[in-house]
Amino acid sequence: MLSLTLLWSTAAPAVSAAFLASLVEVIEAFTIVLAVGTIRGWRLALAGSAAGLIVLASIVGLLGPALDRLPLEWLQLAIGILLLLFGLRWLRKAILRYAGLIPLHDEIAAFAAETSELKARTTRQRNRADWIAGITAFKAVLLEGLEVVFIVIAVGVGHGLIGAAALGAAAAVALVLAVGFAVRRPLARVPENALKFGVGVLLSAFGVFWTGEGLGVPWPGGDCALVGFTLVFLLAGVLAVRMARQAIQEAVA
Amino acid sequence: MKFLRTIGKEILGLFVDDEFLALAVLITVCCVAVLLKAFSVVPLAAGGVLLGGCVGVLLISIWRTAHAR
Repeated sequence: MLSLTLLWSTAAPAVSAAFLASLVEVIEAFTIVLAVGTIRGWRLALAGSAAGLIVLASIVGLLGPALDRLPLEWLQLAIGILLLLFGLRWLRKAILRYAGLIPLHDEIAAFAAETSELKARTTRQRNRADWIAGITAFKAVLLEGLEVVFIVIAVGVGHGLIGAAALGAAAAVALVLAVGFAVRRPLARVPENALKFGVGVLLSAFGVFWTGEGLGVPWPGGDCALVGFTLVFLLAGVLAVRMARQAIQEAVA
Repeated sequence: MKFLRTIGKEILGLFVDDEFLALAVLITVCCVAVLLKAFSVVPLAAGGVLLGGCVGVLLISIWRTAHAR
């Protein structure tokens, strides 16, 4: 029972970070694939997406065995630094959006922009229209998928939890596809900025944890230190939103 | 070639958005490594510098952006 609790306390942050981050990424990819499918037909959208998934699978197939050969400390340090860069970037963006310094991400607006650009490009280059549409879907799946792959590897690799993290990501993909194909519209009602804020907090906490482990810092409480780091980044995020809003008010006054 | 360049730029963009934030995070990690390896600082204290440094860098980045607009 105790070992099960310990396993869950280790796996839960990795699985939830992978699920939530993948939710954000898959929704963004879905919006673009939906735009391609609506404008140029589903055959192209699905072919482009399938090609993107094949390239992603190849990258994972090549990277996976290579990661096993690296010394654990190096891997923890490299993954930790990348997680810090990635997580703090997400957290910063979410804070700036909450403060009103940059506009909130709007899936309906993104869908409208993508469809109008696709229409314009396919009209300009009529003979290459199918190619452009296919490449657009391919690029969306590949780039958003790369983020998902990175997050799964980053949060799972340290404790051999890649399988669990991948399950979290797969659940997000299944959820978005099921809801997306049922409604056939961009998933605009998902609170994307709240998700981005939460994932930014989690990934930054993981980043500090792995970077420290890679440098030889023995965190007190082991994995439980992650909870403390999460709280620290959560508080810092809330404080930063207030600070930014105050700066705007001062600038207006 | 142009396509590969676009992909490369997008991948770099996953980690670097605000140059100040990215550079400051890397400098913080380097400082912690130097503290540990060259000055034999207590590892837990170095860990505190890492956590505090990252939080500080985030707050400064937000402050800079907010005051630049």
